[in-house]
Amino acid sequence: MSAVLAAADSVNGNLGSIAYGLAAIGPGIGVGIIFGQGVQAMARQPEMVNVIRQNMLLGFALTEALALIGFVVPFVHK
Amino acid sequence: MSAPHLLAAGGDEFEAPGLHIFDWGPLFSGGPSWLDWLTKPVLIVILAALALIVFAWRAFGNAQLVPRGVQNVGEVAYLFVRDQVARPMIGKDGDKWMGFLFTTFFFILFLNLSGVVPVLQLPATSHIAFPIVFAAFVYVTMLFLSIKHQGFIGYFKNMMFPPGLPKPLYVILAPIELLSNIILRPFTHSVRLFANMFAGHLLLAFFSTVAWWFLVEKLTPAGAGVGVVGFLMTIIMTGFEIFVQSLQAFIFTLLAASYIGGALHPEH
Repeated sequence: MSAVLAAADSVNGNLGSIAYGLAAIGPGIGVGIIFGQGVQAMARQPEMVNVIRQNMLLGFALTEALALIGFVVPFVHK
Repeated sequence: MSAPHLLAAGGDEFEAPGLHIFDWGPLFSGGPSWLDWLTKPVLIVILAALALIVFAWRAFGNAQLVPRGVQNVGEVAYLFVRDQVARPMIGKDGDKWMGFLFTTFFFILFLNLSGVVPVLQLPATSHIAFPIVFAAFVYVTMLFLSIKHQGFIGYFKNMMFPPGLPKPLYVILAPIELLSNIILRPFTHSVRLFANMFAGHLLLAFFSTVAWWFLVEKLTPAGAGVGVVGFLMTIIMTGFEIFVQSLQAFIFTLLAASYIGGALHPEH
């Protein structure tokens, strides 16, 4: 813990931007998986494109919320 | 008006725009105190509401069997919301909710698009007050419909104990479902819209400030390249923002419809 605090002391600039970078890792992977699988599903079943696109966007919105919360928290919690 | 506002900090160092670009005081500073509520976001909301009223009036006010003019646009928009949002998410009752969903979609779309309209250039939904009101409205509607259609006990039973799972799993599942449905749902619903518009507006402001600073304020041979990049990125990001703004309006409506649909038909 003290090592983390010491590291936080020696970091220049805004720690919030680093925190956002960390918060973006998981949703980045998730959004990549969602769109990758979505495109694959569309290629396999072109007649289902509307249903697939809709569910893809829904999943994208739910995953992306995590990254956006990570983006807002540094502004809110100074 | 907006460039000096962005560069209010001044000085010789380039300063990235921060939170202050969202702070808009009364529109008529020094005006009468009863006009203090009229800030730029409020003005944008009023303009968006008027635009939506005029659009809907022109499109559906005097509907003809063979559509002409604005009615063509209105019918395409109506069919889009009905076939992409209402019917897949709510089912055959979806048409009854079209008034609400159509209004929600286009009101939020107009509020979002005000971020790229010249002179306005502030998405009103980047102030969290507006998304919170929309999300709270959907949340209260959802709770009311759920309790009306499933009963108070039935609502919580359907939500926390979906049938067909091994018994020990409910120990983990029930609190998670309760938390995500009752507490996190309105929060993520509003923050998603807010944060997208907030981040988009900051990005646009950042790149246009870079272009303004390096090409107009402090034009040097070394800095000109950065300014050109900032200028091009402003154009690219404006296009991207239009896409994100439309997508977020669509997703907000889609989620609202899915919450309402889940309240009406818990078996899905």
